[in-house]
Amino acid sequence: MLELAAANLLSPIVLSFVLGLGAALARSDLSIPEAAAKAMSLYLLFAIGFKGGVSVADHGVDGTLALALIGGIILSAGLPLIAFALLRIVSGLSPTEAAAVAAHYGSISIVTFVAGTAVLEGRGIPSEGYMVAVAAAMEAPAILTALWLVARGAGETRSQGRGELMHEVLLNGSIVLLIGAFVIGWITGPAGLSEIDSFIVAPFKGVLCLFLLDMGIVAGRGMRAGRGVLDRGALAFGLFMPLVGAAAGLAVGLALGMMPGGVALFMVLGASASYIAVPAAMRVALPQVNPAVYLTLSLAVTFPFNLTLGLPLYVTIASALAGGG
Amino acid sequence: MQTHAAKRVEITIELIMQSRLTRALESAGVTGYTILPVLGGSGRSGAWSRSGQVTRASGMVQVICIIRPEKLDPLLDAAFAVVEPHIGVVTVTDTQVLRAERF
Repeated sequence: MLELAAANLLSPIVLSFVLGLGAALARSDLSIPEAAAKAMSLYLLFAIGFKGGVSVADHGVDGTLALALIGGIILSAGLPLIAFALLRIVSGLSPTEAAAVAAHYGSISIVTFVAGTAVLEGRGIPSEGYMVAVAAAMEAPAILTALWLVARGAGETRSQGRGELMHEVLLNGSIVLLIGAFVIGWITGPAGLSEIDSFIVAPFKGVLCLFLLDMGIVAGRGMRAGRGVLDRGALAFGLFMPLVGAAAGLAVGLALGMMPGGVALFMVLGASASYIAVPAAMRVALPQVNPAVYLTLSLAVTFPFNLTLGLPLYVTIASALAGGG
Repeated sequence: MQTHAAKRVEITIELIMQSRLTRALESAGVTGYTILPVLGGSGRSGAWSRSGQVTRASGMVQVICIIRPEKLDPLLDAAFAVVEPHIGVVTVTDTQVLRAERF
């Protein structure tokens, strides 16, 4: 475990993130142009989706695909209930604020997922290719749970336009690209991959390093901007909730009899918190909640924790319990 | 040169609300508007900058409308319904236009 943690901490991916984080905290003017960051995120989504589809085409689909999708949806819908209860106990957040934060912890961070697949590939641990589709399926259910929590309580949610909101979440560009690339990879299979592997395989980790450099800058700025926004209980939540989510992901992965890599990715999905799709949805549905509360928690607390310490922990536990190396 | 009185309405609002706002404006009879990106700023919700944002939740835009004075109240009613709970600023100023038939 310690060996894997050290190897992860000293990997180019994590060190790139640390560089960005340190630069932002030191108030350096280092920045990645907005369009470049956007292009890199599109590249990463396309590559991870395509490779997942190729993996499914190569190895075939077994009965766990549908079960994994259902498990992911249940995980995404259920985790906000746990997160909400924990937040109400440990933090001073209001019910509406706690529900908004809880939605982030039921949904997923696709960048953490991508980093998790990179760690698994680096260690040669096999995983189910369709986990990409599970990741996409886990984006939205948490939002519905959070809105239900608010409606059940103070009734402060704006129910008008909820269909439009879910349409925006389900068809946001990241999900469309991820699923679209997955389908293309599935249709074209290994032959399709061989045509473009010099583009989507070899440069992948290098692009991920640059993207995580940018994420480090963003997280560092979030830490500076979010200072004083969260109380100690909320900060602690940002560190222990990933472990709770990972434990739930572990239970789902083991119950479905998945490969060690698949179990690890379920843990990563359970542990990660959204900072792209859900914040946008919360701004529409719960505008009364200060966005700095959930953005600071998911982006400046949980994301760095998962990237540095969480990933090796989840991979080690999944490998030990699911029988991998 | 002959000029005509008009109202200039500037609405600075969260990017995520842009399409909802423009739909509301159109339903209020506004036939034209201009949308500008906002680079950054500071206000009641703290300092904000366009650079380094990973989520549309943090973006801001400015919607500018030039309208005839009699269209102002319907526009403000429609805009306020969208803007009211959100971060943003609405300002109205008197202005002059050359071709009144276009507004």
